[in-house]
Amino acid sequence: MCLGIPGQIIEVTDEARMMALASVSGVRREVNVACVATGALEDLVGQWALIHVGFAMSLIDEDEAAKTLEALRGLGEAQETLEAMAAGDAALAGPARDAMEESA
Amino acid sequence: MKHVQEFRDPKPAKALIARIGAVLDRIGATAEKPVHIMEICGGHTHAIFRYGLDKLVPPGLEFIHGPGCPVCVLPMSRVDECIEIAERPEVIFTTFGDAMRVPGTGKSLMQAKADGADIRMVYSPLDALEIARRNPEREVVFFGLGFETTTPSTALSIQAAAREGLANFSVFCNHITVPHPIRALLDDPHMVLDGFVGPGHVSMVIGVHPYDFIAEDYGKPLVVAGFEPLDLLQSVLMVLEQIAEGRAEIENQYARVVPEHGNPVSLAAIADVYEARPSFEWRGLGEIDASGLRIREAYRAWDAEEKFGIGYAAGARSVAEPEGCMCGAVMTGRMKPVACPQFGTGCTPEMPLGALMVSSEGACAAYYQYGGARAAEPAE
Repeated sequence: MCLGIPGQIIEVTDEARMMALASVSGVRREVNVACVATGALEDLVGQWALIHVGFAMSLIDEDEAAKTLEALRGLGEAQETLEAMAAGDAALAGPARDAMEESA
Repeated sequence: MKHVQEFRDPKPAKALIARIGAVLDRIGATAEKPVHIMEICGGHTHAIFRYGLDKLVPPGLEFIHGPGCPVCVLPMSRVDECIEIAERPEVIFTTFGDAMRVPGTGKSLMQAKADGADIRMVYSPLDALEIARRNPEREVVFFGLGFETTTPSTALSIQAAAREGLANFSVFCNHITVPHPIRALLDDPHMVLDGFVGPGHVSMVIGVHPYDFIAEDYGKPLVVAGFEPLDLLQSVLMVLEQIAEGRAEIENQYARVVPEHGNPVSLAAIADVYEARPSFEWRGLGEIDASGLRIREAYRAWDAEEKFGIGYAAGARSVAEPEGCMCGAVMTGRMKPVACPQFGTGCTPEMPLGALMVSSEGACAAYYQYGGARAAEPAE
């Protein structure tokens, strides 16, 4: 649970709350960018970051991102993270939907 | 059972393994008298087994699997407290999925959910915050669990809740720190440890200096490592080279991600929201001074322990671990998972007795998944 997954920041969504949309292995997810924001949030668009439980924790280069993603796939962690993201979306919808998603 | 994965790049791995062998020869390490290196991070343990590194390296090197999986070191009493909170009718209890199957005294969170408690698996504390915004009539509790990699995300979420005045959100804080259990292990006279491979993503937050005491006070080397197999092999080589040269330093193999002084925003959030507990109970390791974090007085309104009068806020309590469970001995390197009498029989990933079998990052689950199980099966 302590491994981050690489994602590319594609759009700033809420400047006041330091939120941005990231693409993680093709899945789009809003993440908090407070830990990697040193200047204007717009400057982060296009950059790669290690994302851990919904927070961009460290900026990395594209090559590092690709290698890390490959290692995570090898460990089964990438799939686990994507499933956790889907579970998180389901949890927002409420207990009924949550239970349904699990049995699906 | 899954097979150990082939290296996608065997050439540099072979070269590193040959160099590891040469340094082990220089040290004079043999199968009878091996060098003991502890990897602290559960992600590293997982990678070591996945890629069969423990079998690829020469017999003069032995990996000791450390306590670096927060799910594995969670004591039963804390699981019981989670369930007590979760079963309150007004509560929506939110947790990372990893913690769902950890057994408590009576049941796991998974079983409590089946019994009707509103327990929801989230990917991020931000999901829990959003659930709290959408359900103002319910109490939303987030199960804060993890080492320094996860700690800032909970801290930033508590700060956000405070800014928004989100009064129906609170955190059951079980965040723990990496340096203190290492000190406890080094103080244990039964432990034989010659060096450490340090967790990379924890150091992405805290930097490398919190480990200085390992070199300065105990004379042991530590190398902060990435979790790709080549990172691990290179880090092991760096530890061994230090031992061969009589050095004990804190080195950073993972500098491409780990800044020397960590992440300033994360560190500021941690310092603002938490303080060290006088002591915190670890499964298998007992109480360790200053090893756990609690929420500071200023954020008391978002502390589930205070809100529900539970856990450390309710005074001392202790729950015995299940009989026959050897997680503590395994986690301190005194026993290999396969030597546990329950391994693969009374304790399996499907029906775990102890936490090291629950999490895929636990040493027992890794042994079970990648071949250790065969050794424990009774001969037919």
